[in-house]
Amino acid sequence: MSILVDKETKVICQGITGKAGAFHTAQCLEYGTQIVGGVTPGKAGTRSEHDLPIFNNCNDAIHATGADVTMIFVPAPFAADAAMEAADAGASLVVLITEGVPTLDMVRARKFLDDAGTQLIGPNCPGVITPGACKIGIMPGYIHKPATNGSKAVGIISRSGTLTYEAVWQCSTRDIAQTTCVGIGGDPVKGLNFIELLTMFEEDDATHGIVMIGEIGGTDEEQAAEYIKHHVTKPVVGFIAGQTAPPGKRMGHAGAIISGGEGTAASKIAALRESGVVVAESPATIGEEMAKLL
Amino acid sequence: MLAFDYACVTGTRRHRGVSIPDEPAEKSISTLQHPTRNLCTMKVHEYQARQLLAEAGVPVPASEVVENSAQAVEAYEKIGGKVVVKAQVFAGGRGKAGFVKLCDNADDVKTAADFMFGNKMVSKQTGADGITVKKLLVAGAVDIESEYYMAVVVDRAKRCPVVMVSREGGVEIEEVAAKHPEAIVKEWLHPHLGLLGYQTSNLIRALGLTDKDQVRAAGKVLRGLVKVAYDYDCSLAEINPLVRTPDGQILAIDAKMNFDDNAVFRHKVLQQMFDPTEEDPNEVRAKEHELSYIALEGNIGCLVNGAGLAMATMDIIKLHGGEPANFLDVGGSVTKEGAVEAFRIILSDQKVKGVLVNIFGGIAKCDTIAEALIAAAKEIGFSIPVVVRLEGTNVERARALLKGAAIAELIGADDLTDAATKVCAKVA
Repeated sequence: MSILVDKETKVICQGITGKAGAFHTAQCLEYGTQIVGGVTPGKAGTRSEHDLPIFNNCNDAIHATGADVTMIFVPAPFAADAAMEAADAGASLVVLITEGVPTLDMVRARKFLDDAGTQLIGPNCPGVITPGACKIGIMPGYIHKPATNGSKAVGIISRSGTLTYEAVWQCSTRDIAQTTCVGIGGDPVKGLNFIELLTMFEEDDATHGIVMIGEIGGTDEEQAAEYIKHHVTKPVVGFIAGQTAPPGKRMGHAGAIISGGEGTAASKIAALRESGVVVAESPATIGEEMAKLL
Repeated sequence: MLAFDYACVTGTRRHRGVSIPDEPAEKSISTLQHPTRNLCTMKVHEYQARQLLAEAGVPVPASEVVENSAQAVEAYEKIGGKVVVKAQVFAGGRGKAGFVKLCDNADDVKTAADFMFGNKMVSKQTGADGITVKKLLVAGAVDIESEYYMAVVVDRAKRCPVVMVSREGGVEIEEVAAKHPEAIVKEWLHPHLGLLGYQTSNLIRALGLTDKDQVRAAGKVLRGLVKVAYDYDCSLAEINPLVRTPDGQILAIDAKMNFDDNAVFRHKVLQQMFDPTEEDPNEVRAKEHELSYIALEGNIGCLVNGAGLAMATMDIIKLHGGEPANFLDVGGSVTKEGAVEAFRIILSDQKVKGVLVNIFGGIAKCDTIAEALIAAAKEIGFSIPVVVRLEGTNVERARALLKGAAIAELIGADDLTDAATKVCAKVA
């Protein structure tokens, strides 16, 4: 089992004829993802370099292909609009890879997607992968280990991109498979967050443990810790990046007001430990700590 | 700084028993951004923030921006009465350094301007070398009866902008938040509808204003501030203090704005306001090459892909007893040239005694970094040890390339712990 995406998931790529969109569509296809079409305005009726049908808009693409997930590689100025277009067309999940999307664009888009009942992953994220079944995003596929019957498998949730790969690799090399790995992205306003994904992994029978990777800023990790305390029974290993980041440079006053002084690595680590999460001291021991718990 | 301006304007210190730290407003970068972005959030000068507010209908005292002493005197002649002369620099500590002066005659204005243009400003924030002042703001000084605080920031937890107001203006707002959180009143804005009428009246009521004209004036300020925050993609838009004068005028005395770097592309006005001479030259250089770089105090240079991994790399260096010299994220779409530039920036820091290259290739390819390492060895030359840890996309090709190049200073590492141990041992 897995969460969010599996072998049956049909995906279209918005921005399929762009450089990044074309390259990663090819990589996803090679991994075995069912990418069934793409969207590039003005290019309807043509075929992509992967011989996939191209449509002018999401609505046409979704109706013609039966896809219900989209992967977005549209440039930042238009990315939030692309996400709203996908939601309007009825997509159930939007994976927004694009980096550099203006925060206020995401404020508007997130509300729009919520109202449409569309789930969002990202922006500024590596995407989501169910190893061996479906990769939607830019993560290197080979570092992952598919879960099989009887194997010990974990779910991974991370605010970081490459640090996720690090954690995945540490698990895979210790024979710990992954049910699904979700990069939720490092932006302040985003889609699925720790709590929603913790819920999904808690309910997923094939997931035996959860790795969560946070970083300084905001209070998502503190809220997740509170949630874990009451609702998560599976072992959780955490890591918070930015423990040594200099104070003053990143912690702001206006934000601290809203978050009531929370948001430092120390506060996040303390909150997680308080909830029974094993927090790795070093980014190199995430896999090791998980191996001990399983 | 803002509070200090108040002190200059009125010639008295605060009266509410709250101590006034001479702390720079510049410290209050919003946490409401991704940490790495935060560090390069675009700022504008006080006079520019005033200009944006004035254009949105917020009343501000008459003021002029000047570039020499003669212009300062001319500005004084126009404004008249009492004025405050303020150096326009990002660094804080202006007041203590003598770069904010209250004047009530042309001679004093000239003396103040001569001093500010003729001397480098040295404060805690500027470093020992100090900074040259290029512009001054000459602004009309007003008598103050009450001071208020107003700000708009994005609340990441609620995923929408929040407006905050307080009757405790003129002091640092985080002090208010720590001591009397109930003194800060908030309204969260609907993502699509913005500030609604009832929210405006709730906020104004919270300021304790009852006089009809003053309520109307404060509403105008609030709507203007929200308009600026939306129109220019502010990560922080703050008026502190907003004041009421004895004759009942409502005026914005000082303002501060930070902008979402991701949105600057769509604001020509902001692009024109960008002042690269106020930034760390290496950080500007890095930005030009789409690298994210922040100078730190240690002696181990870091070159990493991804912000999270870059922070984690700093963490593991420290865990093994070392001190990182910088944060550097080369990003996903890094080119060979970009990575060579990254080496140039790291090696230009004289403190650096060793370098840790930590790449987990995803979109960024290990062989690109390997090629950059080889080119950097040739073009710049390494005189210090460079520990290299590569994993991910095209790692085999990268390892073959590095093996072929046989660069003496390069030290391979098997994993993150190995890399951190080795680089810390080399600089110890």
